[in-house]
Amino acid sequence: MDTHATGMKDELVIAGKPYASRLLVGTGKYRDFDETRRAIEASGAQIVTVAIRRTNIGQNAGEPSLLEVLPPDRYTILPNTAGCYTAQDAVRTLRLARELLEGHALVKLEVLGDAQSLYPNMPETLAAAKTLVGEGFEVMAYCSDDPIMARQLEELGCVAVMPLASLIGSGMGIINPWNLQIIIDRVKVPVLVDAGIGTASDAAIAMELGCDGVLMNTAIAKAQDPVRMARAMKLAVEAGRDARLAGRMPRKPYEASASSPQAGTITPQL
Amino acid sequence: MTAPVRIVLNGAPREFPASLTFSQLLDELALAGRRLAIERNGEIVPRSRFAEAAIADGDNIEVVIAVGGG
Repeated sequence: MDTHATGMKDELVIAGKPYASRLLVGTGKYRDFDETRRAIEASGAQIVTVAIRRTNIGQNAGEPSLLEVLPPDRYTILPNTAGCYTAQDAVRTLRLARELLEGHALVKLEVLGDAQSLYPNMPETLAAAKTLVGEGFEVMAYCSDDPIMARQLEELGCVAVMPLASLIGSGMGIINPWNLQIIIDRVKVPVLVDAGIGTASDAAIAMELGCDGVLMNTAIAKAQDPVRMARAMKLAVEAGRDARLAGRMPRKPYEASASSPQAGTITPQL
Repeated sequence: MTAPVRIVLNGAPREFPASLTFSQLLDELALAGRRLAIERNGEIVPRSRFAEAAIADGDNIEVVIAVGGG
């Protein structure tokens, strides 16, 4: 489908709301708020994740807050449950987030299994998803790249499933494209790769596989030049999406095919 | 003479000479007007109730904000 020629919009639709950008970015690990703001602007992302944390009591009373740098009227703020190890803590955190963001329903659920791998605890994730969906939250769920888990999250009413490409913050790229492919083929809600992207080609490959979007934080924030990497990721996601929609040529591992005419050369034909 | 109110605020013990509404508590903590959310004993305290609801002895209170995260 030539979306450029037809003028049709190729939007990512999550919980009924369209987004022009398929790149979602985190806001952690930046040097300061100015770098955060510039990188996120360069990424073109419309959905940005934030964490919910205790405020420092009696300190830094006058300092700016993240939501002044990333105003919720300009960005869709996606509160996460990073650091939660139980369904109960994740649900509490997101109830606080909803109050903080004045009734905002779209959330990123992640329930971690252990502090070393940050691998998701899927039984707790499923339990939390069930409660949250019941309370009217629109849940985007970080999950293992297990197709059955992804299907169960969808059946519970999650608005997107977000399997890991590799461990959070590892930058190891997509270590199991085959599992991702199964999830993409079998799940109807948007599938976003969340975690493990290291560089632009990883993001492009995720989109070429057919992912609906990519969520990343460290790959941008911990690049030598985060603002430039943010732009690279924007272009990679767009390039990967276009390549997916264009439909790649078939792979022909044992058969070369010249691009220039065979006839009319000034050299003898072999 | 009112009894002092001992609470746990963001994991640390705090004592106030008397009970305060949540609005007064935020004033006291220099947090008034900030975009934040409050939980008391595991339950959300809606912003609309900050002016009337008051802290009570033994409360476990969490005051949270949005910070950078992925």
